[in-house]
Amino acid sequence: MKTQGWKRFLSSPGKIAVAIAGVFFVVALVERFTGATDITSSGASGATLRFAIPILLAGLGGLWSERAGVINIGLEGMMIVGTWMGAWFGFLYGPWTGVLFAAIGGALTGLLHAILTVKIGIDQAVSGLAINLLAVGATRYLSGIYFVANGGDISVSPLVQQPGTFSVPGVSEFLGAIEEHDTFFVSSVAGVLGGLVTNVSWMTLLALLCVPLTWWILWKTEFGLRVRFSGENPVAAESLGVNVYRVRYIAISISGMLAALGGAYLSLVASAVYREGQTGGRGFIGLATVIFGNWRPGGVFSGSLLFGFTDALRVRQAESVHAVLAVVAIVALLFAIYLLAVRRRKGAVVSGVIGLLAGIVFLQVEVIPDEFVTFFPNLVTLLVLVFMARRLRPPAMAGAKYRKGEEISE
Amino acid sequence: MNRSRIFWGIAAPVSAIAVSLLLASGILLLQGASPVGTFQLLFSYGFQPRNIVSELNQASAYYLAGIAAAIGFKMLLFNIGIDGQYRLAVFFAAVVGGAVSLPPVLHVLLIIVVAATVGGAWAAISGFLRVKYGVSEVISSIMLNFIAAGLVSYMLNPNRLGFQAEGSQNVSTPAIPESGWLPTIEVAGGRLYLFIFFAALVGVGYWILITKTVFGFNLRATGISFRAALSSGVNAPRMVLLTMVLSGATAGLVGVGTLLSDTHNYSLAFPSGYALTGLALALLGRNHPVGIAFAAFFWAFLERSAGILDLNGIPTEIVTMMQGTIVISIVVAYELIRRLNLRQQQAAVGSHQEESKEDDK
Repeated sequence: MKTQGWKRFLSSPGKIAVAIAGVFFVVALVERFTGATDITSSGASGATLRFAIPILLAGLGGLWSERAGVINIGLEGMMIVGTWMGAWFGFLYGPWTGVLFAAIGGALTGLLHAILTVKIGIDQAVSGLAINLLAVGATRYLSGIYFVANGGDISVSPLVQQPGTFSVPGVSEFLGAIEEHDTFFVSSVAGVLGGLVTNVSWMTLLALLCVPLTWWILWKTEFGLRVRFSGENPVAAESLGVNVYRVRYIAISISGMLAALGGAYLSLVASAVYREGQTGGRGFIGLATVIFGNWRPGGVFSGSLLFGFTDALRVRQAESVHAVLAVVAIVALLFAIYLLAVRRRKGAVVSGVIGLLAGIVFLQVEVIPDEFVTFFPNLVTLLVLVFMARRLRPPAMAGAKYRKGEEISE
Repeated sequence: MNRSRIFWGIAAPVSAIAVSLLLASGILLLQGASPVGTFQLLFSYGFQPRNIVSELNQASAYYLAGIAAAIGFKMLLFNIGIDGQYRLAVFFAAVVGGAVSLPPVLHVLLIIVVAATVGGAWAAISGFLRVKYGVSEVISSIMLNFIAAGLVSYMLNPNRLGFQAEGSQNVSTPAIPESGWLPTIEVAGGRLYLFIFFAALVGVGYWILITKTVFGFNLRATGISFRAALSSGVNAPRMVLLTMVLSGATAGLVGVGTLLSDTHNYSLAFPSGYALTGLALALLGRNHPVGIAFAAFFWAFLERSAGILDLNGIPTEIVTMMQGTIVISIVVAYELIRRLNLRQQQAAVGSHQEESKEDDK
């Protein structure tokens, strides 16, 4: 039994490593032939991280809430609260105070959502949407009063100091040198890794730590078990002595806090200024990563990286998005061959079709229009919902109304 | 019983509005402005005849969004996709309307039909995903809203379906020829869209459909219990799909009034955010065609009269916050009333049982 476990442990990361190396190889090849050199540059991977973090934090926020059984459409509003609080208190007392107040503001907004949906029991979607509307109104109102008086504008805050950054000493320069060298494959790998260790904001690190932390709390602690229990079967949880209401209050407050931290990241790290509409629907994309990631922290993380990556490429070098299609085509076709070899015909067909489609689009279209890249996350999420529906395992009672002593009505 | 139902039905919206007024007053006081003076200002400006006309025009758009949401609500469907449906619909209606030339009435009708068809078709995606794959319509329509917005901004490009006048920065669709315009009525110094009567007709149609037809009965039945409807022979999945299409078709009409009587082309200046407005109005008007009409006018009134606040040093966003508060308070009020009724019923049943026990003795 034990040896089997060891084997699995050894073989699975081994497989992943081989797969990652393979993808890198294909990417390096494609870069050679298309001249889209930005896919593996350290700039692109750094930007990916910067674009991914707000989505990641919003996604983790959505995860906390849905695991406790309440859908949080108010993520966007909670992010907006975070951008504003972060910028204003960051302007007054320095960036980390801004982060702190963003967290507090987000937690309070989350608590409002919790009181409305759990204590009073109104429709979760209505509450979330109303919070989005309130957040837009309140921040704009407050901007009109505070920002205008301090050299800002009704839609723009005064400039804010950013939290500090760090580069891993030695490693950063070393990888940078290899990337400069332009050796096939090796430089690509060095580029990606270099971007991840050079000029990284401390807040990025903080956000990344939230992924294992979320996993540990939700899956390894008693409290986490209660949270997930409340999302799967609140009636049974209650009967076993879990205070479902209280657990949900806490979980949704954490949800709001995380989303608001994502907002604060936008105004403090990504831009050093609050701008109206800065969140740009990222709260909803966060919601999408929860589905994409199958309601798991690691899944949310990879979803946010994927969506952040496309965003980063769109902003930096439009041809790269096009080149990525070639990568998708080759990898999907190779994967189809692999699936065929292990006799999983259906999967092979799906993978093959995806590969062919990507290949055709790559050959036919010169540049992928900007607008398509914008809604890429939304489209992917819809496709995942349709084609992977059977693999998805949402919390059973997420979205259902639960009141102590009443039957669950869906 | 009936009278108390009407009382509670009106009490909830009224108290929601009262709560929002209280909150706004509190904020105004904090800022050192006089609430009474501000509300007086709102009223006197909002009820100027010229402003009433423009409020009515805006209200006709809101009304349709409200009806679209209400159709969904009757089936317990949550159509957040109104935004995307409306945007794609008015875009294609503008494109088709600008590309053809037809006799006057036909041209207008064609534009309306295109808008309703596109809106319905886009909503059908959500309905289909829900019926076939069990995908929540809330999630799918949020995603579809983003996709619709992206598609429209892609197509609204001078190289594709868009049109850019020389020396102008604005891209729009080609202008609709005059045969595709709907005249306006000059009243009180303003121009009232003729489309408002069409919107009212849609409201009447909604009322007849829901209360007088078998389809409406099945729709409400499926909304109350999907399984019960299914087992009594209603094709429930089909009903879900059809409801979504009807809701989307109505949502598709939201921007048509402005298109036919004002701008005559589509540009990105067309506002967004109709989904939330529609849902709020359906809630405020209790899914009733007349209730939604009042709610729509109130909404348009708030937004129009907010314009005067800026001139007096009060941020107009106080109105947005009031709207948000109204949405929350209205659903809270409904929930509290529901619980109150439940308790009353339980008490009634309890006392009835007590009586019958005593009878047994």
